[in-house]
Amino acid sequence: MKYLWGVIPLVVFVALALLLNANLGRDTEAMPSALVGRSVPEFDLPALASNRDQYDQEIFKGRWSLLNIWATWCPTCYVEHPYFIELARSGVAIVGVNYKDDDDKARRYLAELGNPYTEVVVDKQGNLALDLGVYGAPETFLVSPEGKILLRHAGEVNAQVWEEKFVPLMAQYEAYHSGREETP
Amino acid sequence: MTLLLRRTLVALLCALPLAVMAAIDVYEFDSPEQEARFRSLTQELRCPKCQNQSIADSDADISGDMRARTAQMIREGYSDREVVDFFRARYGDFVSYRPPLAMNTAVLWLGPGIVLLLGGLLVFRLMRRAAQAADQDDEDLPPPETR
Repeated sequence: MKYLWGVIPLVVFVALALLLNANLGRDTEAMPSALVGRSVPEFDLPALASNRDQYDQEIFKGRWSLLNIWATWCPTCYVEHPYFIELARSGVAIVGVNYKDDDDKARRYLAELGNPYTEVVVDKQGNLALDLGVYGAPETFLVSPEGKILLRHAGEVNAQVWEEKFVPLMAQYEAYHSGREETP
Repeated sequence: MTLLLRRTLVALLCALPLAVMAAIDVYEFDSPEQEARFRSLTQELRCPKCQNQSIADSDADISGDMRARTAQMIREGYSDREVVDFFRARYGDFVSYRPPLAMNTAVLWLGPGIVLLLGGLLVFRLMRRAAQAADQDDEDLPPPETR
């Protein structure tokens, strides 16, 4: 019994060391999204291309799409932009949400660097972003053909992130749904 | 002339705090009670960007947006709970400094109590042992009369 009490500090130390070590190098900025599994929130916002057009959440229905929060004031957006152009070329639909930005600057950005987006929604007040639980730019969401959010990725999207996080989810989803259709 | 100069200077000095105030976002409320609720709510909501600050303390853009939304919701008559739930639905339990008791937050809520209990037990044992040792010492001593 006396032994047992003497061992306690050691046990506590080892447990703490293991706990701290396990969390070393973990990305503390990565947070679980409260929105995964839910539909894209409702919105009604102007299009960047022409301010008379309005977009709503229906644009996410009927095809796989990415929802990308971007802005000209966001340095990482410039970094991931070429990869989005590549993705767009391979046929991925990317909906851009221009977040708290200036319309003219945003148009110039797309004219100069190329436009990977199928639609660009202007979210000047950041209300859609707030509904999406966005806390900075860039952030990218994977949206299923039913308009459901399957994944939220904060930060740069590149080939590695795409292959490791986005592609497996889409494959898994497709496998699950084709399986369900076969069984009546 | 010097009087005029002095008066201008005083007027300018008086106006200075106004300019400083303008830099901080000011929200208008219908009652002091609403303002008090705003203060406590913004202390209780956590900035998702800068993780160890409340949205009241944080300078991050998103915290400003969240403060504005909090103020708006209070003015529109939402309860404190509805405001917190609004943000929780978007940013997860993380956003509240007072998370609900659930499996993944159990350690957070019960941990301090368990540690206190263990510590108390330890102190109790040590004290009892010390008391026992003291009793032992008393018995070892010869009776005072024979001294």
